[in-house]
Amino acid sequence: MTTTNKRGFAQEVWDFFCSLKLSIFLLIGLALVSIIGTVIQQGPQREYLATLSETKIRLYSALGFFDMYHSWWFILLLYLLTLNLICCSIKRLPRVWKVVSEPVLVMDDGFEKSLANVKDLKLKGSKEELKSRMEAFLRAEFAVPVITEKDGEYHLFAQKSPWCRLGVYVVHLSIIVIFVGALIGSFFGYKAYTNIPEGGAISQVQTQSGKMIPLGFDVRCEKFSVSFYDTGAPKEFRSVLTVLENGQPVPGFQNRPIIVNDPLTYKGITFYQSSYGQSDEGALYHLTVRDRKGGAPVKLNARQGERVALPGGAFLSVMEATMDVRPFMRGFDGPGAQVEFTPAGGNPQPFVILSDKYESFNAQHGGDLLITFDGMDQKFYTGLQVAHDPGVWVVWFGCFLMVLGICMAFFMSHKRVWARVTDSGVTLGGSASKNPAGFEICFDDLVEKIGKA
Amino acid sequence: MNALLFNSTLVIYAVVTAVYLIYLLKPKESLGKTGLWLALVGFLVHCGFTLNRFLEAGHTPITNLHESLSFFSLSVVGIFLLLERRYKISILGSFMMPLALLIMAISASFSTVIPPLNPALKSKWLAVHTIMAFLGYAAFAISFGVSIMYLIQSHFLKTRRLGSMFQKLPSLDILDDISYRCLTFGFPLLTFAIISGAIWAETAWGTYWSWDPKETWSLITWFIYAALLHGRLTTGWRGRKAAMLSIFGFVIMLFTFLGVNLLLPGLHSYK
Repeated sequence: MTTTNKRGFAQEVWDFFCSLKLSIFLLIGLALVSIIGTVIQQGPQREYLATLSETKIRLYSALGFFDMYHSWWFILLLYLLTLNLICCSIKRLPRVWKVVSEPVLVMDDGFEKSLANVKDLKLKGSKEELKSRMEAFLRAEFAVPVITEKDGEYHLFAQKSPWCRLGVYVVHLSIIVIFVGALIGSFFGYKAYTNIPEGGAISQVQTQSGKMIPLGFDVRCEKFSVSFYDTGAPKEFRSVLTVLENGQPVPGFQNRPIIVNDPLTYKGITFYQSSYGQSDEGALYHLTVRDRKGGAPVKLNARQGERVALPGGAFLSVMEATMDVRPFMRGFDGPGAQVEFTPAGGNPQPFVILSDKYESFNAQHGGDLLITFDGMDQKFYTGLQVAHDPGVWVVWFGCFLMVLGICMAFFMSHKRVWARVTDSGVTLGGSASKNPAGFEICFDDLVEKIGKA
Repeated sequence: MNALLFNSTLVIYAVVTAVYLIYLLKPKESLGKTGLWLALVGFLVHCGFTLNRFLEAGHTPITNLHESLSFFSLSVVGIFLLLERRYKISILGSFMMPLALLIMAISASFSTVIPPLNPALKSKWLAVHTIMAFLGYAAFAISFGVSIMYLIQSHFLKTRRLGSMFQKLPSLDILDDISYRCLTFGFPLLTFAIISGAIWAETAWGTYWSWDPKETWSLITWFIYAALLHGRLTTGWRGRKAAMLSIFGFVIMLFTFLGVNLLLPGLHSYK
């Protein structure tokens, strides 16, 4: 008595996990709860938290809403879905496999009634003649038939792409594979971020959780540059990186440019262009000062805001500068600087100076001096996203399986044709696993061709 | 040139919509034919616009809301023409063309300037990802329209109001079939769009999945349509239930497309 009860319970659990109702419930459930994470800020910033009440914050963090897609209950739903589709597949696959591997070779009366497409054809000729005629016909027009003799009748069976019935299970498998790949990535991989100033090198990176991870090699930023469209919108961010092992550049990884959409991968660790900024060192500005009454030009260097003494007792400081004035001044190009000029004993005068290409422009200011802006050495740092994900290839394999499975499941159909040959003629039957309307056209076409053959 | 082609498309679609709406009221077969031919002309002009924009911009012209709405509308009209060829149901136009016109009109309300390309969008995946996504969206849109036709027709049957509109609407079985067939194209396309997006994200942002609002909402859409397909395949969610879920799926899809771009900040908000 107890054993039957136990088996009954086990059976119930099994049926529960095999049920399609559970799949649909989980799919819709996952869809609905996923919305939460797009409405509540994930990994919330202080400004966002300030807009929430105390109770809300306590409630949300208790429910894991601030990192929803990694919360235990969301992961549990994903595990349940995986378990559900494994069980569904185990339950249904043997039946489908039987259809694929052991096709019904003989169309008897009962089976004939179950088919949507059946046609009786009165054809002249003996059973033997008709058999070979039908065999040649199916071979040419449909697929190579299997011939079975039963009760004095010949049965021909031909089929196209039977394995496409397995497409659904390939898709199910692909979801499991992608899931496994994601798990590998979350256990053995990391995502980190690093800033490298131009000329500087790093040997470790900091993960999102704040952990420092040694790379096992060094990465040096040789150069960073940013270019802009005429509108001032960024066009390209480019870092030139060199990988160093024991202080020596690695061949093939020297002066490698990386841009957005074109990262650098070394030893399974990938570096992505992510952001940039001006290095703390600040820029060094180059100026030339010449006395209008004659004399040799004097070259000067200045840092931002620094008061530089000019010949004749004046002072100059560079407020800000750019290597390309196009976004700011229509009709001009090249370097330009906003400066503050203080003549000897006078008040500070702000104005703009450009390169020596615009001498008359520069001559408008500066009293006895003609000041030109030659350019600057600006140091940037490059912001790199660093990722190590050993599961990514498993994920790609899963994606490949999914595309394959979906093509099999949605765009292909298992088509079967039976022919029963007797002395009085041929009965043709057919069925397809998908798109019955499309198959009907194909079947009628076959019937018509037999009539002509 | 660009504006001329765009406005011509808009005007032709407006005329087509008017013709199809009159067809809805007056049982005249010739109106359906006229609408179809005009829709074909509009489609070709629209293709011309898209091609011209591609040549002018130098990249796939699906990079902001103006362009993507226009391409969405183009896909809807394209799929409508294919279905009309296959099923010969003129009244389909009375439901699809107003939708295409509406999408075009919304597209017109956004800036038509071709902005320089954002560095993150400079990738060969731009074309694959966006075209798949919008063809998928269009298939779902058609399924939505046909589901509405289904609900109207089933309402007529229930209340026994068998008027001229009832005569023109195809049978429930055919409507159910068209709606389902659209899903069997939309769902694979959505899947391919998500996968190509994941591959692109891996090279651009350093991770194939980051729960960005767009990614999450496209997954939500995927879950909903997966549920619908499973319901249909096995427990017999056909007819009214399937039609209602298809309409619900389309609303979710619209939010994935427009709502996310306009309301939720994230990596995909290219306006």
